[in-house]
Amino acid sequence: MSEVRHEAGRSAFMRKWEKFVRGERLRLNLMMLPGVVFVFLFNMMTLLGIAVAFQDFIPRRGWFGSEWVGLRNFRLFFEMPNAYTILRNTLVIAISKIVLTLIVAVLFALLLSEIKNNKVKRCVQTAVYLPHFVSWVIYATIMRLLLNSDGLVNRLLTGLGLAASPVKFLSSKQLFPVVMIMTDVLKEFGYSSVIYLATITGINPSYYEAAAIDGATRPKMMWYITLPCLLPTIVLLATLSVGNVLSAGFDQIFNLYNSAVYETGDIIDTYVHRVGLVSLDYGLGAAIGLFKSVVSFVLIVTSYTVAAKVADYHIF
Amino acid sequence: MNRRKKKINVSQIVLAAFLLLLGLICIYPMWYTFIVSFSDKAKVTAGKVLFLPKDLTFTAYEKLLSDGSFFRAFLVSVERCVLGVGLNMVLMALTAYPLAMPAARFPERRVYVWYLMFNMLFSGGTIGWYLNIKYLHLLDSIWALVLPMGLPIYNAVLLMNFFKSVPIDMNESATVDGASPLTILVRIYLPVSLPALATVGLFCFVSHWNSWYDGLVLINKSTLMPLQTLIYQLNVRIDTDNMTSEQLREMAKMSSETLNAAKVIIALAPLMCIYPFLQKYFVSGLTLGAVKE
Repeated sequence: MSEVRHEAGRSAFMRKWEKFVRGERLRLNLMMLPGVVFVFLFNMMTLLGIAVAFQDFIPRRGWFGSEWVGLRNFRLFFEMPNAYTILRNTLVIAISKIVLTLIVAVLFALLLSEIKNNKVKRCVQTAVYLPHFVSWVIYATIMRLLLNSDGLVNRLLTGLGLAASPVKFLSSKQLFPVVMIMTDVLKEFGYSSVIYLATITGINPSYYEAAAIDGATRPKMMWYITLPCLLPTIVLLATLSVGNVLSAGFDQIFNLYNSAVYETGDIIDTYVHRVGLVSLDYGLGAAIGLFKSVVSFVLIVTSYTVAAKVADYHIF
Repeated sequence: MNRRKKKINVSQIVLAAFLLLLGLICIYPMWYTFIVSFSDKAKVTAGKVLFLPKDLTFTAYEKLLSDGSFFRAFLVSVERCVLGVGLNMVLMALTAYPLAMPAARFPERRVYVWYLMFNMLFSGGTIGWYLNIKYLHLLDSIWALVLPMGLPIYNAVLLMNFFKSVPIDMNESATVDGASPLTILVRIYLPVSLPALATVGLFCFVSHWNSWYDGLVLINKSTLMPLQTLIYQLNVRIDTDNMTSEQLREMAKMSSETLNAAKVIIALAPLMCIYPFLQKYFVSGLTLGAVKE
């Protein structure tokens, strides 16, 4: 009797097991495996860098042999006289870039959507999207050709008598952050406008027809129809960009700055590079990096939560 | 009626002219570099090159041809793109398919979504990234440029969103007929997703081709340096504003604007070749990311 039940129980288990082995669920999990392993090895494992932030890290000794120093690295950073300068530079440059790019992109989308000739539209789009795909290494090399003291812009300025001596776009403390913000806006505004253009294309044309019957002019329609319809998208993208306030554009600044403009141009990421990978103070570099990662993560999660609640925006 | 039509045209023309000018400003930096690379060095220094090459010459490109390190760096970049984009495509397809399944058929989906989401948004920072590659003994190998970028999570999400738009009935009938998920992915999903695959493939190519920081930090051997890193180093050496006139004269002998411009143009060439396709697809890619459920 008990043997029979045992047999029955076993075969039920075997049946379940067979179903599991032959079934879809196991296979789907197996398909995820390579991606999961890669993310574990190359994303998850970098989190061990967090430990370094609390250590006096010596690579030869590794994580277990290095001395634990608690919050010393963090204290070291915040007591440094240039900690304030670096944070201020980062925030000033990052926020200016976010705000200006948004304004220019929205204005550009508004104007471009008014163009009726499709050929002109496509030409303009082709031109303004292009710089986004150029790396900052290349774009910076080009900017040097234009903005160096013997670059094209200065040759023109001095040649036309508009400037007595070459303007130091890239080596003057006052001008450097301005040049960074302007060149970044020039490179990215086109690409940022894509989403606004898509939204404008989606606006119900009957709004405009009704307004035309009431005698509204194009500028009025832009102000009373297009802009209000665009507002949710603008608010959404502005919210989602909050997570970037500590990323002032490492690629750009690292390729263009020099020691003469550290006072106004040095940002968290460039400082981490110099402290951690040039001076080889891994602990201090990791601590500053961790500070940035944590603050950014909290901001991103908050802004995504707000976006999900308010605008029903989900990336997954 | 006639007058009204004419009035509209005038404002259209002004607007079109303004926007075309803006477009010109956006591409002029690249165009300027292009014409400098084909111009005579003396004419460039004199500020005579503005819209078209002056004294058309190929000297800069001839010099580049004899520059072994530049050629090698170009090949390293090609190699990393071939290996890297290949790996990206395989991993993205394998990851996107299960994630596109409804939760009823793939109950673990939620766990994976959180795992990928967390890793997309939080990173261990530059130091953690460097030390990780160092302890995996990948420094100074081509794999340091390929493996860490193996699964671009954001692009995998784009692909997942596209897979979700494939009619689920097709999938279900194939499953009933006993096809395994891998078979369904290869036989049904991939063939109908060519535009989406092109989009994410081009994105991956651009990020591999443009990437330079990994080559700077993870590669010491000059034979393994990718093109963008090589050009970065060229930049750093030219810090003209802080040089003495002595150093400047020395530099003028070693490199020149036309030569640098030619290097930039070669590095831009592959991007320019794929840009028409890129432009065709990236708008759909961006809007894919905003698909709401």
